[in-house]
Amino acid sequence: MSTRLSKGGRLIDRAHAIEISFNGKRLRGYRGDTLSAALLANDQMLVGRSFKYHRPRGIVASGAEEPNALVNLGAGARAEPNQRTTTTEAFDGLVAASQNHWPSLDYDIGAVNNLAARFLPAGFYYKTFIHPRPAWKHLFEPIIRRSAGLGKAPAEPDADRYEQVYAHCDLLVAGGGIAGLQAALIAGAAGARVMLLEQTAHWGGRAPVDGDVIDGKPAEEWITATLDALGKMENVTLKTRCMVAGVYDHGYVLAEERVADHTPGDGRPRKRLWRIRATRVLSATGALERPLAFAGNDIPGVMLASAVRDYVGNWAVSPGDRTVVVTNNDDAYRTAIALKEAGLEVPVIVDARAQANGALPQKARAMGIRVEAGRAIVKVKGGKRVTGVALGLMAGEGAVLEEIACDAVAMSGGWSPVVHLWSHCGGKLTWDRARAMFRPDAARPPLTQDGSALVIAAGAANGALTGAEALADAAEAGVAAVKSLDLKAKTTPIGKAEAVEEAMIEPVWMMPQGAKASLRMKMWLDFQNDVKVSDVQLAAREGYQSVEHTKRYTTLGMATDQGKLSNINGLAILADALNEDIPAVGTTTFRPPYTPVTIGALVGEARGEIFQPLRRTPMQGWHEAQGAYLEPVGLWRRPYCYPRAGETHEQAVNREILNTRANVGLLDASTLGKIIVRGPDAGRFLDMLYTNVMSSLPVGKCRYGLMCNEQGFLSDDGVVVRLAEDTWLCHTTSGGADRIHGWMEDWLQCEWWDWKVYTANVTEQYAQIAVAGPKARLVLEKLGGMDVSKETMPFMTFAEGELAGIPARVHRISFSGELSYEIAVPASHGLALWEKLVAAGAEFGVMPYGTEAMHIMRAEKGFIMIGDETDGTVIPQDLGLDWAISKKKADFLGKRGQERTYLASPDRWKLVGFETLDGSVIPDGAYVLDAGTNDYGFRKAQGRVTSTYHSPTLQKGIAMGLLRHGPQRMGEVVEFNTMAGGTVAARVVNPVFLDPNGEKQNG
Amino acid sequence: MKRYSVFAIAREALRYHTGWERAWRSPDPKPAYDAIIIGAGGHGLATAYYLGKNHGITNVAILEKGWLGGGNSGRNTTIIRSNYLQDSSSAIFEKARSLYETMSQDLNYNVMFSPRGLLMLAQTHHEARGYKRTVHANRLQGVATEWISPQEVKKLVPIINIDGPRYPVLGAQYQARGGTARHDAVNWGYARACSDMGMDVIQNCEVTAIRSENGMVTGVETTRGAISCKKLGIVVAGHSGVLAEMAGFRLPIESMALQALVSEPIKPCIDVVVMANTVHGYISQSDKGELVIGGGTDGFNNYTQRGSFQHIEETLRALIETFPIISRVKMLRQWGGIVDMTGDRSPIISKTPLGNCFINCGWGTGGFKAIPGSGWAMAELVAKGEPGPLAAEFDMWRFKEGRFIDESVAAGVAH
Repeated sequence: MSTRLSKGGRLIDRAHAIEISFNGKRLRGYRGDTLSAALLANDQMLVGRSFKYHRPRGIVASGAEEPNALVNLGAGARAEPNQRTTTTEAFDGLVAASQNHWPSLDYDIGAVNNLAARFLPAGFYYKTFIHPRPAWKHLFEPIIRRSAGLGKAPAEPDADRYEQVYAHCDLLVAGGGIAGLQAALIAGAAGARVMLLEQTAHWGGRAPVDGDVIDGKPAEEWITATLDALGKMENVTLKTRCMVAGVYDHGYVLAEERVADHTPGDGRPRKRLWRIRATRVLSATGALERPLAFAGNDIPGVMLASAVRDYVGNWAVSPGDRTVVVTNNDDAYRTAIALKEAGLEVPVIVDARAQANGALPQKARAMGIRVEAGRAIVKVKGGKRVTGVALGLMAGEGAVLEEIACDAVAMSGGWSPVVHLWSHCGGKLTWDRARAMFRPDAARPPLTQDGSALVIAAGAANGALTGAEALADAAEAGVAAVKSLDLKAKTTPIGKAEAVEEAMIEPVWMMPQGAKASLRMKMWLDFQNDVKVSDVQLAAREGYQSVEHTKRYTTLGMATDQGKLSNINGLAILADALNEDIPAVGTTTFRPPYTPVTIGALVGEARGEIFQPLRRTPMQGWHEAQGAYLEPVGLWRRPYCYPRAGETHEQAVNREILNTRANVGLLDASTLGKIIVRGPDAGRFLDMLYTNVMSSLPVGKCRYGLMCNEQGFLSDDGVVVRLAEDTWLCHTTSGGADRIHGWMEDWLQCEWWDWKVYTANVTEQYAQIAVAGPKARLVLEKLGGMDVSKETMPFMTFAEGELAGIPARVHRISFSGELSYEIAVPASHGLALWEKLVAAGAEFGVMPYGTEAMHIMRAEKGFIMIGDETDGTVIPQDLGLDWAISKKKADFLGKRGQERTYLASPDRWKLVGFETLDGSVIPDGAYVLDAGTNDYGFRKAQGRVTSTYHSPTLQKGIAMGLLRHGPQRMGEVVEFNTMAGGTVAARVVNPVFLDPNGEKQNG
Repeated sequence: MKRYSVFAIAREALRYHTGWERAWRSPDPKPAYDAIIIGAGGHGLATAYYLGKNHGITNVAILEKGWLGGGNSGRNTTIIRSNYLQDSSSAIFEKARSLYETMSQDLNYNVMFSPRGLLMLAQTHHEARGYKRTVHANRLQGVATEWISPQEVKKLVPIINIDGPRYPVLGAQYQARGGTARHDAVNWGYARACSDMGMDVIQNCEVTAIRSENGMVTGVETTRGAISCKKLGIVVAGHSGVLAEMAGFRLPIESMALQALVSEPIKPCIDVVVMANTVHGYISQSDKGELVIGGGTDGFNNYTQRGSFQHIEETLRALIETFPIISRVKMLRQWGGIVDMTGDRSPIISKTPLGNCFINCGWGTGGFKAIPGSGWAMAELVAKGEPGPLAAEFDMWRFKEGRFIDESVAAGVAH
């Protein structure tokens, strides 16, 4: 059984006992435990079920590579699925539950899949469930969906908050093992701004557990001293619990810090996402041990040799009383030695190599451990936990020579450098035949924008596996990093680790070598996704030979561990099946993140109302206090209407319209885009941008203008104001301001870069209020300060002055068809002016009106609305706006586009008005039916509605729309389709329903 | 070809699955073919498949510079829908969708077409009007879509928050027979069927030049030697511009990175496809349990198959607002693909200035759903030398004439 040893455990604090709950059972642990350590200390060997066959699974690893031990952590609003127990720090009161089983972990109905495993090889679902056709959707898929998935989706919104931080550094060192510490020390001493990030809560990586001796002392002393030195450098930032998730182009690095995962609810953000811009990245991310493929290697109790060593050394937990070690290299002997030293039994070390005579095997033998070279585990015995192993010849086919009882197996298939950060941005790998591993190819690194290497690999991540090699390699990498930053390396102490001679690894991808099919079907490669040696071989046999095909066909490496343990073994099996070299087969692409990142952390504080930037006009608070119903317009939230008690939105809109038409209304038009265009070439520039001429506009006058894209399609409209000889103010639509400003800059910076023009988007610098209605002038006159008479300020002019003591620019422009003034004041005066207008207008019946009233009033007047009458396929000519297109100008944006045959065709749909015969409102988006069908067999259409409303002014439905040959068909009755499947008849009429001669707006 | 069935699996299980044959042969190129299709992605393979199935042309090679299905057809978010606005689009996308319905049976390969329903959320009044317009258009086109209320949305997607503080859901356009399929299976199923008809699927074979005489194509040069052909179809998505240059013409195409991501697998929590275009995000849950999430394109051109990280953040922000429970779920993997975008965001299926050379490209961010329809139309064009009704409007000269098929009207973002 697995249990807590009475002594040792460098990371636990025996003075602080904690209690955790697993599947409702109370378990005891110590502060410093990982959840894995605590579970193993309580003999909880079985922790989960696999994805496909629902096989019982135990803890395999001790770090981020763990494929099996995933649990639902926490409850309610703090429930999180798929949390790895190996990287979860245990704390008092932690609640965890195993996943993917029913009714319980011990008795799982889903395990019936395991009995049928022989019928469910890789890709079986592509070959069956084909007939009958409806069965996939209604029968097979629902069953598969229910049995797939791992943890349960959280049921409640997240109770925690997350933070995001930006940082910049010269050198980002990923990994706080001895290599990372050494490299950071060199770079820090040279004066570089260094960030050293370590994913676990502890510094030093594997060196202390592996028993490295540095500068003649235990590794821990060197680690403490180095940390101490780094801590004194102001230019060095040290962070633990901070996982570097991905390296992106231009040195962008993403890291996730677990701030309060181990202290939930303490008020701190749960996680912090670091968004770092690094000049160079030094990847000292270590290496991961590979499992070995032998039959039954997934039974709980079979673990990585290094993990067994970690549990004993770090947490004083023994995975078993009798542990068989199986290996193809010398490193695993360290585990046997550690177990023996802890007083545990190691009945045998099974070494696949023909000989095992290195220093470590000799030491093991000297300690009395039996070493069997040239042997293999034929099969692990046991169900929910290991009960023994059957041994045979490595070179054989699986004949059993001997059975040995044990309760744990420690396996080692060699080590693979963690090359993820090297590879994310395009770094290439090379196959190191002698060491049987892919390592970074220094000749083909990921590049920065100037073509130099962005990432430098160091230590085990660079293939320097032993402590001595890693420190030497890290020293070199540190100096290289300093040089690449154009800094000078200072004399820095370089740690020297004692070299322990290790014999060569022998690549072993499955054991025994000639294992027959029945054994290969029990050799797991990807534990979580249940991919076995036989599956990869099947993929190769069926022609899924590209490593990407094999991965996708078998799902190898696609589980939550992203193949950290399985990829190399899998592709070695594939290479063998294809009779190819491992490097010829290649790896799959390493994609970020290194380990899964909480979506909440990626979102940070951008939640709720501010999940996107929120733009507020100076009068926003007033609208909200009035109970306005707001609608999103771009990033603004504009009042749609101001409902009074008991009013529906529709009633409110009607009231606002009727009042504006009879008395006077106020509209917060601050969101209207306002772009200043200035300079000697400004007139020429605007003449290119607008379809009509703006250079000839006199100072003091306003002119309505249209903008088209190069294709000729109408993209925005608005009133242009000539403020001064060299200065124009361009009003754009509310939603279009940023886009149009970008559009202007695009042309000025990329095409007409020699024109002398400046633009400035001053949308938020001014508040703008429309005062519209027959009594508008009276309200302004009451405010006083400016002459707003018809004579002094006729339609389409403006004047600057002071209104009620506030500096203002008053425009005589109208979007409602009423007598209307649009008053622009500095934003800081917006609310004051608004309140003065409300007060001054009281006696004239002033009311605010919202966007819907604005929309309906402009439709009554037949004014087009960008986004309603236009949709990116409409040209001004379609809307009867030919008058706003200059015939004289040699060129403007869209001119050439509009001359193309299809745009110049007389058969285009053109703007008209529609009135239903029965006064009803035409449905939104309805089409005008035409007789017959087109080449596709679709019912033909000859037009469509673009704006359709109930007009409270006219007491009937009115609409604008596009109709083939429309303007020539006045009076004709056409039919629209309705949602219900019927039709509604409407007469073609003039789109200007109100005041066609403009007497109101000009008045 | 041995047929796949539950009986075949049972038979093979007894002999440890040693009797399965290759899904597709892996032959060396022959010196000449009646037709060569460049690009063994979904569209290229479907083109070859329908050349054989509809037109009896089977002396065909499909050339692939990498591994088949390794481009966008193997890295998309697998959404299938046909609720388009313009008639030309609806015609080809609905043809494709209807072919997906029977694809598993037609190919004897389970592509897991799952018509689980697709929602496009309306979160502004403007968007609501736009979707209602599409529903009206779909009625005339015979494409089954409907406009549904926020309450109906909530019933279909219980985890959705329809009362968000910024963009409450005002309704949705719903296509009940929209859904997803397993993208790799589509590629593999076609490759297997093509191979079975005697066609050569040739991987790791990059085209380096296109040969022509007197304005007519005569063949290609490849990394595996020169191959001649009577007809040539270029179906290479992101790298179309490169191939067009070899054939001596230019395309109105820009290539950009589009990104996607998946979460860790969780038990089923969302059974329909939801697209939220106002806030730029779409989501579905695969049969494996992963949340499959798509985002926007970068605002600049590139070929790196990586994208700017801020798109991922923006997409996830929008999705947490819409589906608050996913906050504690973890992102497992993110990736990018290169999408080929035309000026009107609609594809090109067209003759080219080079005789007997045809091109199919420009599917942009929405190609997967079109694969069978696109192949059907392209095969007709290659076989007859003239487009049939499905391809007629998608010729490349439409840009010269201003005859756009603009779908950005209905879906302003990736679709």
